[in-house]
Amino acid sequence: MGLLSPSVSITQYRVEGQLPTPVNEHFAAGLKKNIIADIDNDASEQTIGWTSFEDPYQPDFEGSRFIIDTAWVFSLRIDKKSIPAKVVKKHFNTEVAKRLAESGRDYLSKNEKKQLKDHVLTVLSTRIPATPHVFDVLWKYEEGMLLFFSNLKAANEALETLFTRSFKLRLIRLFPYTAGLQAGLKGTERDDLDQLKPTLFVE
Amino acid sequence: MLDIAVAYRRYQFVGDEFLTWLWYIIERDTRLLNRLDKDLAALEIGNRMVFENRYRRDSGETVTVKGEEANMDEGLLALKKGAMVTEVNLVYRSGDQEWRFNLKGESLNISSLRVPESGKVETKEDIEGAVIEKIYFYEKILNLINGLFKYFIKIRVSNEWSSKTVPAMRKWIVST
Repeated sequence: MGLLSPSVSITQYRVEGQLPTPVNEHFAAGLKKNIIADIDNDASEQTIGWTSFEDPYQPDFEGSRFIIDTAWVFSLRIDKKSIPAKVVKKHFNTEVAKRLAESGRDYLSKNEKKQLKDHVLTVLSTRIPATPHVFDVLWKYEEGMLLFFSNLKAANEALETLFTRSFKLRLIRLFPYTAGLQAGLKGTERDDLDQLKPTLFVE
Repeated sequence: MLDIAVAYRRYQFVGDEFLTWLWYIIERDTRLLNRLDKDLAALEIGNRMVFENRYRRDSGETVTVKGEEANMDEGLLALKKGAMVTEVNLVYRSGDQEWRFNLKGESLNISSLRVPESGKVETKEDIEGAVIEKIYFYEKILNLINGLFKYFIKIRVSNEWSSKTVPAMRKWIVST
């Protein structure tokens, strides 16, 4: 879901730590290090990487195209190949029949079947293009605030993993407990937050 | 600090209490809303609320109240049975502009956020201006929710919660 879509979902994060200076260069280097790779002609089933906000299918992190106002705006892309189960079954059964005919046997061992299935998946993966899913990211570095334009669990987890790998900074998702810790509570208040128990509003 | 996954599950109830408190504030203390957001013209419950009873063993009931003129009697009945608000659709107004969005208690995630109409993006040159405008609109809602949550959590960890807020909320639940 895109930042400019008519309806958006937002997950808020805090970023802890700082990039080395000059920060723009280090930020761009982090993006380039994990830029989205094209898997259309290889056997990978999924790839995750950074891409450009303005042109998610032609990633380019040269210059300062990712800076808008005081924010860095870029995107997470997850490309995934979905091979229908019936297609896998058809090709697998064909391969099994071929192998049996070649060997003159009546059956294949469990291990042989597994090897054939892996082979079928590899061959099909190189023939099926990956479907791209793009999720925008807005990072206000000075404020330590990052917005991710999706609430999808898998997309959020992919963001957290890739962000840490790319920038070596801590990304903290804001939900009631972490938002409470960020709310300026003092020492004893933070202890009280840890000790909270549910309230019953009816007796 | 606790493990993140453990903390998420253990403190889900804080988000549910926050949304339940927010409904109470919308109904009974709009002056507080104006104090926390000077630009606020109105904050109203929109067309959807979800109630859940996670913490009483005798009930795992989920009640969803829907509709533009949502009749909240069913929701109040759910509160009377010990449920809390777990998700709410809110309408925020400032000047003559309107924002609509869903807020989920356990994650504080915002979804289906629709902001006031902004300029159309027709060329690549329009993108930067459109992003700046959208960020401004999104931050209005994020600042509102973050400000409300900050206010709530300070009360929640203080004695005021059990001595004043909970009795007042109980009175509201019983009397409506």
